Amino acid sequence: MKCDDRTIDKASRKMLEITEKENISTAWDRFDALQPQCGFGKLGICCRICTMGPCRIDPFGEGPDRGVCGATADIIVARNLIRMIAGGAAAHSDHGRDIAHTLLMTAEGKTKGYEIKDEKKLKTLAKELGIKTDGRKKNEIAKDVAETLFAEFGQQHGELKFVQRAPEPRKKIWRELGIMPRGIDREIVEVMHRTHIGVDNDAKHLIMHGLRTSIGDGWGGSMIATELSDVMFGSPKPVRSMVNLGVLKEDEVNLVVHGHEPTLSDVIVAAAQDKELLKLAKDNGAKGINLAGICCTANEILMRHGIHIAGNFLQQELAIATGAVDLMLVDVQCIMPAIGQVASCYHTKVISTSPKAKFPNVEHIQFSEEEALPIAKKIVKMAVENFKNRNKKRIVIPEETTDMVAGFTAENVSTILGGKYRATYRPLNDAIISGRLRGAAAIVGCNNTKIQHDYGHVEMSKELLKNDVILVTTGCSAIADAKAGLLDSEKALEYCGKGLREICDTVGIPPVLHLGSCVDISRILMVLTNMVKEGGLGEDISDMPIAGAAPEWMSEKAVSIGFYVIASGAFTVLNPSLPVLGSKEVSELVYDKIKDLVGANFVFEADPVKGAQLMIEHMNKKRKELKLRPMMYTK
Amino acid sequence: MSKIVAAAAIRGANKLVKEADDFLTKAIKEKGKDQKVEFPDTAFYLPMAYALLGAEVKVLGDIVPVLDEAKSLLRKEPTEHLWLPFLGDTLDSGMAALLSEEIIVALRYLYEQEPQSDCNGFFSDTILRTLGIKLVDGRMPGFAAILGAAPDNKTAVEIVREFQQRNILVFVGSSTNGKSIIDQLMEEKVQMGWDNYIVPYGRDTVSGIYPLNWAIRGALTFGGHKKGEALKCLTYCKDRVFAFGLTLGEVDDVKYATGAGAINMGFPIIADTDIPEIRPTGICTYEHLVKQLDYKKIVPTCIEVRGVKVKLAKIPIPVSFAAAFEGEVVRKEQMYIQFGGKYAPGFEYLRMKDGSEVEDGRIEVVGPEIDDVKEGDALPLGILVEVAGRKMQKDFEPIIERQLHMFINEAMGIWHMGQRNLNWLRISKDAQKKGFKIKHFGTIIHACIHDVFGEIADKVQVTLHTKKEDVEKVMAQAQKAYNFRDERVAGMTDESVDTFYTCTLCQSFAPTHVCIVKPERLGLCGAYNWMDCKASFEINPTGPNQPVKKGRVIDAVKGQWEGINNIVQQKSNKTIERFNAYTIMEDPETGCGCFECVIALVPEANGFMVVNREFSGETPVGMTFSTLAGSVGGGVQTPGFMGVGRLYMVSKKFIPADGGLKRIVWMSKELKEALGEKLKRRAEEEGVPDLIDKIADENDAITAEELVKYLEKVNHPVLGMPPLM
Repeated sequence: MKCDDRTIDKASRKMLEITEKENISTAWDRFDALQPQCGFGKLGICCRICTMGPCRIDPFGEGPDRGVCGATADIIVARNLIRMIAGGAAAHSDHGRDIAHTLLMTAEGKTKGYEIKDEKKLKTLAKELGIKTDGRKKNEIAKDVAETLFAEFGQQHGELKFVQRAPEPRKKIWRELGIMPRGIDREIVEVMHRTHIGVDNDAKHLIMHGLRTSIGDGWGGSMIATELSDVMFGSPKPVRSMVNLGVLKEDEVNLVVHGHEPTLSDVIVAAAQDKELLKLAKDNGAKGINLAGICCTANEILMRHGIHIAGNFLQQELAIATGAVDLMLVDVQCIMPAIGQVASCYHTKVISTSPKAKFPNVEHIQFSEEEALPIAKKIVKMAVENFKNRNKKRIVIPEETTDMVAGFTAENVSTILGGKYRATYRPLNDAIISGRLRGAAAIVGCNNTKIQHDYGHVEMSKELLKNDVILVTTGCSAIADAKAGLLDSEKALEYCGKGLREICDTVGIPPVLHLGSCVDISRILMVLTNMVKEGGLGEDISDMPIAGAAPEWMSEKAVSIGFYVIASGAFTVLNPSLPVLGSKEVSELVYDKIKDLVGANFVFEADPVKGAQLMIEHMNKKRKELKLRPMMYTK
Repeated sequence: MSKIVAAAAIRGANKLVKEADDFLTKAIKEKGKDQKVEFPDTAFYLPMAYALLGAEVKVLGDIVPVLDEAKSLLRKEPTEHLWLPFLGDTLDSGMAALLSEEIIVALRYLYEQEPQSDCNGFFSDTILRTLGIKLVDGRMPGFAAILGAAPDNKTAVEIVREFQQRNILVFVGSSTNGKSIIDQLMEEKVQMGWDNYIVPYGRDTVSGIYPLNWAIRGALTFGGHKKGEALKCLTYCKDRVFAFGLTLGEVDDVKYATGAGAINMGFPIIADTDIPEIRPTGICTYEHLVKQLDYKKIVPTCIEVRGVKVKLAKIPIPVSFAAAFEGEVVRKEQMYIQFGGKYAPGFEYLRMKDGSEVEDGRIEVVGPEIDDVKEGDALPLGILVEVAGRKMQKDFEPIIERQLHMFINEAMGIWHMGQRNLNWLRISKDAQKKGFKIKHFGTIIHACIHDVFGEIADKVQVTLHTKKEDVEKVMAQAQKAYNFRDERVAGMTDESVDTFYTCTLCQSFAPTHVCIVKPERLGLCGAYNWMDCKASFEINPTGPNQPVKKGRVIDAVKGQWEGINNIVQQKSNKTIERFNAYTIMEDPETGCGCFECVIALVPEANGFMVVNREFSGETPVGMTFSTLAGSVGGGVQTPGFMGVGRLYMVSKKFIPADGGLKRIVWMSKELKEALGEKLKRRAEEEGVPDLIDKIADENDAITAEELVKYLEKVNHPVLGMPPLM
């Protein structure tokens, strides 16, 4: 594949030319080398669950139609699919657990480098959770909040606390379908049990449990991660920043954080401002210490500190290939095992930090909350000391950077719209009701070598903006749109339809609102819930003219997200397809019939513009059902 | 673009906070922290600070925290490029401006710099009590605060006069380029003062706080909100005080900042200069900031943007037109001509038509006009109203049609009664003398539909048939439509839907009453059935008719649902806990006062009597309708008594838990006759075909004793029924 076909991002194209020239293998090269990829895997009809197999069903109906145990394509596909959900839900929820752990330790005074930054939110949460706040110190309250939410993971019966935030009709649907999660971990464990050989062998029954598990992610583990991160590290506020590889600096120490959790990187932000370390940097010939991020760790510190973003998932190797990254710190999730190998071609040190994640050819410095600040300083020092090892001749930093505004949350949207005294979602609902906005859409998800890098996100976003759809975004999708200038409050206006532009002009927002990392899709659930609560757009999320999309997804987390999003009532467009096409029953269920159960379904559409049009059609249908006014300026 | 507005408002707020800060520092320095500071004749201290922050400012020192809050609301101007969101910041700056302005004028009072010459200054609580109530209950449609000066005196006078004509209170003040509208009006010898609805507040924008800290007191006094309940007070102003600002001439930073404060209160700003507009809605009910460069249109623009409910002052008819004339009766001796009633055939029918078939404003009289008949005559009259509109729906026809009664009655010397093909109209001799013609019915209907249903109706035409054969021909079509409307609901049962509707239209005088309108039980006023409520909700989604999911069944026999109970608790301000739909004896539905009939328990007879509003005589419970109404209305639950709509009597869900129709032992003759065939059919369905004859009327009994005797005589089925008590 040519560089230009691999990505639409100019900075990445330049770096791909270099990796090609220098014969450095990237994800794209490995993808090419793996062609053709396994058709059975793609269709979801390969089963490796027991050692009588692997069993593969013939998708053409000529060969075997059952595995050794008798599992049909439907059973195999459903089992594989919900195991993906379990993987994704486990990742998000374990992230939430870690944050709860950090909060607990901080409350107990056992950490170094942390404090509870948003006391107001802590108290609001405590109130919601029925924890006393009057006359109590913030650490006492925080301890109870952390313990209460900790208990959600291991809870065995009843319902989750944050699930109660969902609109009443939604909860009723979940209860009636029997998919109300009982505990976060419990449902994940049950996936593993049900999909063991010879347990649950009914495709629909399996998928329904997958929905339950995913709800425990979105309205459970992920939401805990978001809420407690806000308490610990401060609730985001609108903030300016820059994105793309051009944020790396030739004359400063470049420390790139990559992964998903804010716990260490937030302390790194503080450590990078340490006077002694800054002096050390100068002594080593650098003008300063430049922090940048990749993936969602980047999004976390962008939202709270405005730290620049170097790129999204498929740019992790390219960042190293600039030769200017002195140290890359990684924690968990979406970190390619290949980075150690790429880094070995340069002076770049890669440091893994999570007790859960080690990588080949990567040095491990285990992170612990107790010693967070000293560890952070140690790592920054390593970066600083590595600056002098750069091979200046090999440094190529693409000049591309784009301005962006980020830092939106479900809570601050209301103050942004109404100020301190009239904080409200009314202007947003009014804008939809009056036909200035057609609706709202969430574009989220990953990068995937099967799809031209960023093309899916950017083209879909532009088509929606043109049609007066306001967007919320997180994760690698947010970074893609940011690079394309869609998060620039000024320059993005040219992509907007007239009604959307009028709203952006009035509020001073970009038409694409960055809500954070991929666990922060829980913020999107709360935005939708707040919109329902504000009134005039139906009684449930599924009544509203809204839609979701993951136009370049690849991870198990994305599957879990997708499922909790449709379980919450949002029509969702996917590319690529879920690995279900080998089963007629599962395909029909997830791509159609599931809407009769939860009011929303998936659609697979490879063309992002067509995908956008499907979302627009869906919004038009919902507008009609709600009898909203015709669009003000367009049809 | 609103960024310019944001920047200006933020600058203006910074300026005002600084001015307040400097002034306060000076005052404290000169007079000390304990110096008393107050506005004349108010119990609300500095009202804006009191309402929003709960601050009781009595001495200079008390102002410090108020000013601190204002300072905390100051924001940075949006940057030229890559700006951060500024709408919330602008609104916050507005609040900073209002708090600072209030501090400044309070300090001016201390230094005897207020009120300014020829100006009112601070509006007292007395004024609040006398005029404020009119503002919040709708008698006075709204108030305008004018800031600046018109381009010339003539325009200034014209604008003010136009507001006066609409009964809108006008506060005038501030200046543009050193000229104030106050002086323009004085030069033109316009009489000002509270009696004239034109009140000058002061010649600078800072004194524009007076109308605003007057309005906020409305939330405390009439809205019952407490000090410090900022959001409630501000939204009360938005929902109940129909005020707006009109800036004449250049809008400077301080005016923008003050305007941003007004917008927080839901008061939009209209300007006569080419300012950037903010049209999207949400903080105000409609647009926030609008320009209107044409002075002829500026007053209508203000009214439209604020959504002020003004009765069209200028319906082109030769008689006065106002809500005040609604209850006026034209007696036979005052009458010049009448239509319908029992004297001639008549009907009124409104139908939806395609846009191409309706010519807006076309009013045609087919047949004789008033000049063609002699005094005392009766003419047939068929009123056919045809409405087209993008948002018009067939379901809206009866809703709009029912309003004709109110529309026509508001003309002076014109009287209307009834509905559908039971209407009856009179034109008085006075009205005829002034030149009122039959075609003017059309003029009224056309204007009023546009006024009230402007959102729905794009075009309205009216045909007035006065020839008997035409009236009868069109009436046949109308009859089909009436039947269709009735049957639509007739086929429905309470069980066949999962949603009922509330009606809280009457909460203005019965604040805890809520009607639950069901397919088999219409509103107690008889005016709204389930389908009408559904349509009403679509016309006005935030109006008095809201859908309610029935929810879990608590008692199927008595008709109690969880969802209904929840809404009843909420809408009755937690005074009523539950409703039973199908019994009078336990937790019955409440009444406002509009009920067509009262049902009352006659303990001696083990049954119920029903008396309609029109019946003025005594009844077997020893009370007339009006005495009964006194104890049933007002939103209270009185087991054994209940107000209902007439048609409820012939519903299959008529008090089934109490035994249904068979429990009726007494009914006024008039009501019996009016329900006629329908009642007979229901009696047959209940298995007592001669029930109507067994139900006593005023000719059979007017005391309980007589009634019991009669029931025994005719062997009324109630005698075999279980005791009610």
